[in-house]
Amino acid sequence: MNNKFIYFDHASTTAVKPQVLEAMLPYFTEKYGNASTIYSLGQESKKAIDEAREKVALALGANPQEIFFTGSGSESDNWAIKGIAYANREKGKHIITTAIEHHAILHSCQFLEKEGFEVTYIPVDKDGLVDPGQVESAIRPDTVLISVMFANNEIGTIQPIDEIGKIAREKGVYFHTDAVQAIGNVHINVKDMNIDLLSISGHKFYGPKGIGCLYVRKGTKITSFMHGGAQERGKRASTENIPGIVGLGKAIEIASANIDAYNAKLVELRDRTISEIIKTIPYAKLNGHRNQRLPGNVNISFEYIEGESLLLLLNKNGIAASSGSACTSGSLDASHVLLAIGLPHEIAHGSLRLSLGDENTQEDIDYLLEVLPPIVEKLREMSPLFEKMKA
Amino acid sequence: MYSEKVMDHFLNPRNVGTIEDANGIGEVGNTVCGDIMKIYLKIENDIITDVKFHTFGCGSAIASSSIATEMIKGKSINEALELSNKAVVEALDGLPAHKIHCSVLAEEAVKAAIKDYYDKNHIQYDSSLFNVKH
Repeated sequence: MNNKFIYFDHASTTAVKPQVLEAMLPYFTEKYGNASTIYSLGQESKKAIDEAREKVALALGANPQEIFFTGSGSESDNWAIKGIAYANREKGKHIITTAIEHHAILHSCQFLEKEGFEVTYIPVDKDGLVDPGQVESAIRPDTVLISVMFANNEIGTIQPIDEIGKIAREKGVYFHTDAVQAIGNVHINVKDMNIDLLSISGHKFYGPKGIGCLYVRKGTKITSFMHGGAQERGKRASTENIPGIVGLGKAIEIASANIDAYNAKLVELRDRTISEIIKTIPYAKLNGHRNQRLPGNVNISFEYIEGESLLLLLNKNGIAASSGSACTSGSLDASHVLLAIGLPHEIAHGSLRLSLGDENTQEDIDYLLEVLPPIVEKLREMSPLFEKMKA
Repeated sequence: MYSEKVMDHFLNPRNVGTIEDANGIGEVGNTVCGDIMKIYLKIENDIITDVKFHTFGCGSAIASSSIATEMIKGKSINEALELSNKAVVEALDGLPAHKIHCSVLAEEAVKAAIKDYYDKNHIQYDSSLFNVKH
C-alpha cells in the first residue's frame, strides 16, 4: 500500500494552521465567557471578537463596524442576496449575477425568482470571464444588486471586479462579490474596488470551518439574517462562535502578511503543473483564463475519460483532488461552470481540478507528473470514445 | 463510498478491450450523463464464448461493466438475457443510491449486444425480451 499523501484540494478546504489553532484553543476551555455579559470573563470574549473584527477589517480595507461574522461563506452569500433583495423591494426586484457563481448564490437567486424577483444571469466567455459591459447593459431602473464572484472556485478565473464595482457605484446599484476563493490569494480592497458587500469563509485560507463573514458597507440597506439577540449589531443574532472568530482573525492576519510570497510560490507551482501536463498528455486542455486565474488553481479537461474514475485512481496513488464531473457531485449533470465556458458534456465530465496550497512542493508536482499520465492512459484504453477517435 | 468488490473491479477490470470478430455489439448511455458502455460478444452455438467491454464513465460504471462481462461469459444467450441490474448490484456488494443507474446501463449494454446479434443473424425474437426492468 502506498503511504504517500498529497493534498491538491485547497479550494475545497485547508488544514488549520498551528498558530491559528493555538490562538483559538483558550476560547474553548479557559476563556469561554459569553460576550454579551458584563463580568470580566465575558468582556474578555468581547475583546477577542473586537480584535478579530479589526484584523478582518484591516485585511479588506474596511471599517470594523462593516464586518459581520457569519457561520460560513454560504451563509454570507445567502444573506447578501436575500438581505439586499428584501430590504430594497421598494426600489425594485431585479438582480444581476453570472452563470458561474457558486450554488450558494445561484440557488439563493432561484429561490428569490420563485418569490417574484427577477434575475439576469450574465454569461461568460470561453475563459470564464464576465464582460463588465454586459453587466452595465443589464442594469435596469429596478436593479437592486449585482453579484459577481471575485474568483471562480472551479476554473480559478479572476473577474474584473474593480471595473464592475465602478459601474455599480456609478449606477447606484449595490455590488456584492463572493470572495471565498480569492481571499488570502489576491489583494482585495473593498474601498478601492467599490465593493458594497463581500463574502469570505475561514476554512479556505487555513482558518477553521464554521466561520465566515460578510462585509457590508456602511449605509447599505440590508435585512437582518437572524433575529434574536443584539449580536453583530442586531444583524445576525446567535451567541458568537468565539474560537471560530478568533481563528478567522488570526488566519486572515497571517494570510495578509504573507500574501505576496504565497501568491508567487503558488503561481510558480501552478504554471509548471499546467505547462507540463499540457505538454506530456495529449488531448488535455486548460480550463479558465491562462493568467488571470487564482495562483493555486489548475483545471484541465482530459478528453475521452471521466473525472470520477480519474479521482479514484489518483486517490489510489495518494493524491487528493476534485473534478467537475457529475459523478463526483451526486447530481446528474456536469459542472455548470464548465458548461458555461462552452465545454461539451463529455469534456466537462473529464475535468480535473488541482488546487495547490501552502504545504505543496515541487516534489509533489514531480510525483503528480509521474503518476498522472499512466492513469489517463489506462482510462483511455478502456474508453469507447477514445477507441472511436482512433478509428 | 464504494464496496471492496466495486473497487476491485474498477482497479482491475476484467475483459477490457474489443473483439475483432464480434458478432454482437451493444453501446448504451450518453455523454450528457457521462456514461457510455460498449459490450462486444462472440457467440457460438447460442453460447457467449467471449466478451469484452469499453466504458467511459465513473468507477461504478467501469465496475458494473466488468462484473457484467464476468457474469455472462460462457453462459447461453437465454441466461445472459436474464442478467438484471439488481444481480449486478448484488454481485458488487451494493452500489451507492445515485450510482444504481450504472448497473442498469450494464444490463442494457448486454441486452443491446444480444439484440444486435439477433438482428445481424436475422433471428426472430420477442421484443419484450429487451425490456430493461428497472
